[in-house]
Amino acid sequence: MSARNRELFGLLPVSLLVTAGFTAVLITRSRDINKVTITYGAIFLGACVFGHIFIRARLPDADPYLFPLCALLAAFGLVEIYRISPHRALGQAVWFGIGLALFCATILFLRDLRSLERYRYTIAAVGIGILLAPRLPGVGRVTNGAYLGVGIGPVQFQPTEFSKLAIIIFLASYLSETRDVLVRGRLLRLSLKHFGPMLVVWVLAMLMLVVIRDLGSAIMFFGGFLALLYVATSRMSLVLAGTALFAGGAAYLAQHVPHVHDRVESWLHPFKPSLVDGKAYQVAQGVFAQADGGLFGRGFGQSLLEITKGHPIIPAAHTDLIFAVIVNELGLFGGAAIIVIALIFVARGFKTATLATDGFAKLLATGLTAVFALQVFVIVGGVTRVIPLTGVTLPFVSYGGSSLVANFILLALLLMVSDRARRDPAAARGGLV
Amino acid sequence: MNRQIGRLFGFFVLLFAVLIAATSWSSVLGARGLQDNPHNRRPLLQAERIPRGLILARDGTKLAINHRVGGGETLRYFRSYPTGSLFSHAVGYSFVSRGDAGLEKSFNRELTGQENEFKSLVDQLGGGTKDGDDLHTTLDPNAQRTAISALGGQRGSIVALDPSSGAIRVMYSYPNYDPNQIPNHYQQLNSDPSSPLFNRATQARYPPGSSFKVVTAAAALDSHRYTPDSLISGQNNKIISGVPLQNDGGANFGTISLTDGLTHSVNTVFGEVGEKLGKDTMYKYMSRFGFGSRLGLDLPSGEITPSGVFKGQRLLGSGDAVDIGRVAIGQERLQVTPLQMALVAAAVGNGGTLMEPRLVDRVVASDGTVRETFNPKVRSQVMSGGSASALAQMMSKVVQEGTGTASALSGIQVAGKTGTAEVAGGTSNQAWFIAFAPVDHPRVAIAATVERTSGQGGTVAAPIAKQVMETLLHG
Repeated sequence: MSARNRELFGLLPVSLLVTAGFTAVLITRSRDINKVTITYGAIFLGACVFGHIFIRARLPDADPYLFPLCALLAAFGLVEIYRISPHRALGQAVWFGIGLALFCATILFLRDLRSLERYRYTIAAVGIGILLAPRLPGVGRVTNGAYLGVGIGPVQFQPTEFSKLAIIIFLASYLSETRDVLVRGRLLRLSLKHFGPMLVVWVLAMLMLVVIRDLGSAIMFFGGFLALLYVATSRMSLVLAGTALFAGGAAYLAQHVPHVHDRVESWLHPFKPSLVDGKAYQVAQGVFAQADGGLFGRGFGQSLLEITKGHPIIPAAHTDLIFAVIVNELGLFGGAAIIVIALIFVARGFKTATLATDGFAKLLATGLTAVFALQVFVIVGGVTRVIPLTGVTLPFVSYGGSSLVANFILLALLLMVSDRARRDPAAARGGLV
Repeated sequence: MNRQIGRLFGFFVLLFAVLIAATSWSSVLGARGLQDNPHNRRPLLQAERIPRGLILARDGTKLAINHRVGGGETLRYFRSYPTGSLFSHAVGYSFVSRGDAGLEKSFNRELTGQENEFKSLVDQLGGGTKDGDDLHTTLDPNAQRTAISALGGQRGSIVALDPSSGAIRVMYSYPNYDPNQIPNHYQQLNSDPSSPLFNRATQARYPPGSSFKVVTAAAALDSHRYTPDSLISGQNNKIISGVPLQNDGGANFGTISLTDGLTHSVNTVFGEVGEKLGKDTMYKYMSRFGFGSRLGLDLPSGEITPSGVFKGQRLLGSGDAVDIGRVAIGQERLQVTPLQMALVAAAVGNGGTLMEPRLVDRVVASDGTVRETFNPKVRSQVMSGGSASALAQMMSKVVQEGTGTASALSGIQVAGKTGTAEVAGGTSNQAWFIAFAPVDHPRVAIAATVERTSGQGGTVAAPIAKQVMETLLHG
């Protein structure tokens, strides 16, 4: 079977999940919601089919699993969001469409990935710039004490989602060029040439903790950097040194940046009487919701979301804590399914990286995959109390335009690397025409 | 670089395995602890979403129902008690804000439909909401109303049951409360010095006075140490356990039969019998009657107090220093619940066989299927049928010509025993009457007691018991 036909078959479970999920929610909540809302599912499935046709036309040799896996994650998210709030499901289905449009635009206008290398410093500058924007007066927005949002009029977006792409593009390009220098030198000679880039990125990560006060984003960015550094140089010592630097810095700042400190306290002692109904409320309610789910969950549409009308029991159920709601409704099996789907995506991403022939494409695919995996780890780990909970979305699952659009661009870049790598090697060398 | 990418993937596989392990912990392995966490309000909020089963009286009267508040996602059910304070202590209450009590508490699993794990799993897969099962109780609202009017606002308690099945018909304790008031007036009810929330029928520790002589008589006859005709001195101020014992009013009786001793409630006769039988025999029979246990009643165990000889909060056993001669006449530190005394009468009436007392007859699902039936269950063989019928004859003489004449029913032979225990330094009495009827084939056994009255068991408690028995036998 050709790659594209496999991709089309991959969309089958997506449509089954969306149909079954919407039907289940509609049945259990028929008193509250309108039958028209089932069209949101149709919009979503239509967009999936369109995406497939577009890939068939433009990237015929790309990996056949990446797109259906993202669609599957998005389907879980859409059904849960539909269950939490039908009007948000409409928003999510529309954002899925917009994300898909930008996905197509990226593939159409970028044409050649190598053009990204040319603008790497501009991209890096923009990436860092927008990251700091939430602290600017007028446009910055504070969410739960972290500076994660930018708002211009009614339009809001989450810069971390986009700057993670910018920084990975920059690092992949920078490291593919300098890796020879980094590999060659003797490590004992601690020259600025070896540690300079690492120090710069470390300072950036620490600044993120201080400036935007979000530990999760810092882990994501610095972890992505270390992953790239390891693949580029094969130097475990560099990675360990980097990890130590980060851990030390983070431990110090966790004590001194009040918001980060609160997050760590809520992680360690969520049931402390002084925290459980205050700062640790979200963490505590997240695990309570999961405990309520058990092995099989309560079923689509069956979990307890509101104490009374308009008073949710879990704050941010549709964004940061969507994983807790999924475990509540679909149980350990549903939660594990999300994690396994994300892991298969990661496997396909790394597979793409191994197939890529030039250094930049290899590192780009590695970096994008690593940052995706880290994002899943940071938010699922936060909800399940592996690490402190921070305001990061679950890629493709959580509600939110920025997250969907940015992750669609990530997917577009991965598919572009994949398409070129899987094409006839001779043609690949000749580049895309 | 491909080898490094492979290793990196291995690292992420590890990280994701940690995520699955953590999810397993919070959803399954550690779930019980999280569910029981006092800060977790989910189980309570979820309980409000389930329509609890109804609680019904024997005649079908609804004792506990639900009413709906809100709709859809925020639909909640609240308990309401149409008969108000009629059966407050037996039925109890259930409110998320105040917890639960009575049958609402002891049958919570059945009332919320959780008694069947498989059923709830099937319901879950089917996406349906589960309903609670109904409780069909043995309680008789008519007789309970008679009990309320007979006690007439005096503090005390009445327990009546069918001696052949253990089915409780009347359980009344006054002061009582209206369970509908619990959500808004709990603090007030809980701090009320008259303790309206306290179920005197199963929790009060009252001195039994002479009503306990029935237990002593049973031990005497069934151990074959005495017969109803055994002659014993009823002299006043006989030395019992080294201390002179007075009869009621200082009355002096000559040497009389055990039967006459019971008829006239002669302390010195039973004091001697108890002392002669000894602690071991007395304790053996007390324990067969249920003393020292929670009697197997289907109320929450925290709402049942065992009866026996107490030192403070501690139950004394046969190994402890106890003046058994005075225990035998219901004195010393002997303290009993009205339920225990009703069971003493029931055991005698049922040919010596004590049936387990119970309030619930069956559990029925909302679709009419009977989930569980509680058949009559023998709790213990207290004495032989011969001893029981001899004792029944002795007790019927109490009603015919002794201290219990006020309980006599026209056309129906009643067997009973009065009790009057001095309390508050002899300034007032705990009045008792225990009985069963009809003597040859009992359908009702009863204990009625009144706190702090100036009257006697025979004048205050016997007429109350009479009215309730009349309703149960005729009505």
